[in-house]
Amino acid sequence: MTEYNFAYLDEQTKRMIRRAILKGLAIPGYQVPFASREMPMPYGWGTGGVQVSAAVLIPDDTFKVIDQGADDTTNAVSIRRFFEKTAGVAVTEATRQATVIQTRHRIPEEALTENQILVYQVPIPEPLRFLEPSEVETRKMHSLEEYGLMHVKLYEDISKHGAIATAYAYPVKVEGRYVMDPSPIPKFDNPKLEMAAIQIFGAGREQRIYALPPYTQVVSLDFDDYPFEASKADHACDVCGAEDSYLDELIVDDKGGRLFMCSDTDFCSSRRREGHVGAQGIPYGEDAA
Amino acid sequence: MTPLLKVEGLSKFYGQRIGCSNISFDLYAGEVMGIVGESGSGKSTLLNCLAGHLTPDTGAVRFDTRTDGLRDTVTMSEPERRMLSRTDWAFVHQHPRDGLRMNVSAGGNVGERLMAVGSRHYGQIREAATDWLGRVEINEDRIDDRPTAFSGGMQQRLQIARNLVTGPRLVFMDEPTGGLDVSVQARLLDLLRGLVREMGLSAIIVTHDLAVVRLLADRLMVMKDGHVVETGLTDQVLDDPQHAYSQLLVSSVLQV
Repeated sequence: MTEYNFAYLDEQTKRMIRRAILKGLAIPGYQVPFASREMPMPYGWGTGGVQVSAAVLIPDDTFKVIDQGADDTTNAVSIRRFFEKTAGVAVTEATRQATVIQTRHRIPEEALTENQILVYQVPIPEPLRFLEPSEVETRKMHSLEEYGLMHVKLYEDISKHGAIATAYAYPVKVEGRYVMDPSPIPKFDNPKLEMAAIQIFGAGREQRIYALPPYTQVVSLDFDDYPFEASKADHACDVCGAEDSYLDELIVDDKGGRLFMCSDTDFCSSRRREGHVGAQGIPYGEDAA
Repeated sequence: MTPLLKVEGLSKFYGQRIGCSNISFDLYAGEVMGIVGESGSGKSTLLNCLAGHLTPDTGAVRFDTRTDGLRDTVTMSEPERRMLSRTDWAFVHQHPRDGLRMNVSAGGNVGERLMAVGSRHYGQIREAATDWLGRVEINEDRIDDRPTAFSGGMQQRLQIARNLVTGPRLVFMDEPTGGLDVSVQARLLDLLRGLVREMGLSAIIVTHDLAVVRLLADRLMVMKDGHVVETGLTDQVLDDPQHAYSQLLVSSVLQV
């Protein structure tokens, strides 16, 4: 512990990041530039999220990391270990016990509370990027609220696929003002963006931080005749039987066998502990051997 | 009668060099004005100043807005000016690539302006796009193709449809037929003439092609070295040019 400053970053850097976070909270959905630091992990592994977590963590926090909903993937494990080592904070896999949750591509199934902070890892913060390559122009579009182009993307979806096929990173409008990329969460999670917890989005390579204060109004963009729909696989979890959670589809053999399973591992296992069993599941406690 | 566009003493300098100098004219609703001159005569500079792409150094460009009457577009706020440029104004670039989104389908290109002014009904946007593709003679079944799959002439017609879909009152055109072969040019001019008459558009057309202005323009302005050297009715200027440079310009056209 003595080798590192608390949570790896030096205090001046954390102050700089906190200032960006406060500005982001004051202007919900606005992308605040910040001087992103070189972190001891490659870009794309969540350097933005890690810097935000480092800036908001305090010694009393309990930290949880999820990657696509799972606590046990490489990315989640290594970031969790990183803060165990550099901040010495308690870590957990239980959503309810965590005070700071860093996430990649999911919002936990369990509703978050006012005592929690959700930190997102963001690859491309600019929702207009793939339609308008110029940063000067996209900034101007944000400042003048010229968001017609965002609907061109949705128009293209419908004309090509007959429905809005954007399934993740689905653009939203925050408090009737800024159009925001909610990071690559599935659009199933979009309605959950209006929540009690503070949400902070960090993009390390792109050097942007943006945020949603608790209970901020977040509306998914759509057309009058093609309304937004939070979609998921039309199936129940095969392991815990949940019908309302976002599912991963796993291919289990080379004969077309497949299994649907909650992407939120903590949600799935706590349901199993409560005795729920899915179609292909084994009751809790009997799979230990 | 209030003019649609009133330009007063407009000048633009690039350092020591003159872009265009002390230009004044009125344009009335339904009128088409041609600006001709050789390369470097300042006609594109003038057009870009009028359309708000460049800020002139002196002078005023007053546009008859729907709500407040004549307003100086040079001093109005940027959001207002950008709003004008996607509702009441249209700009047709010489190269369709500058005016189109090449990675968006034809329908999306035409629909963009509608969505930019708040249209949020897919069916209606699609219908308007189909209608406009028909009006610029692009087959309906090409609506989901990207402009990259279109010929040069089709791209130019698509650019025109994309600009006219919101029913603008003033169209700026910068060499709209440049780079097209003569038969395609003829069709495009025919189409433009039809649309201008049918919609009662006002237009300012910058070109070095005298045949284009002969066909489209009511009035003509001849520019040289940043100054206007002659103005008048198109036929008058072309058939009886007074200024030495206009005479040279008219006599330079090859007679086939």
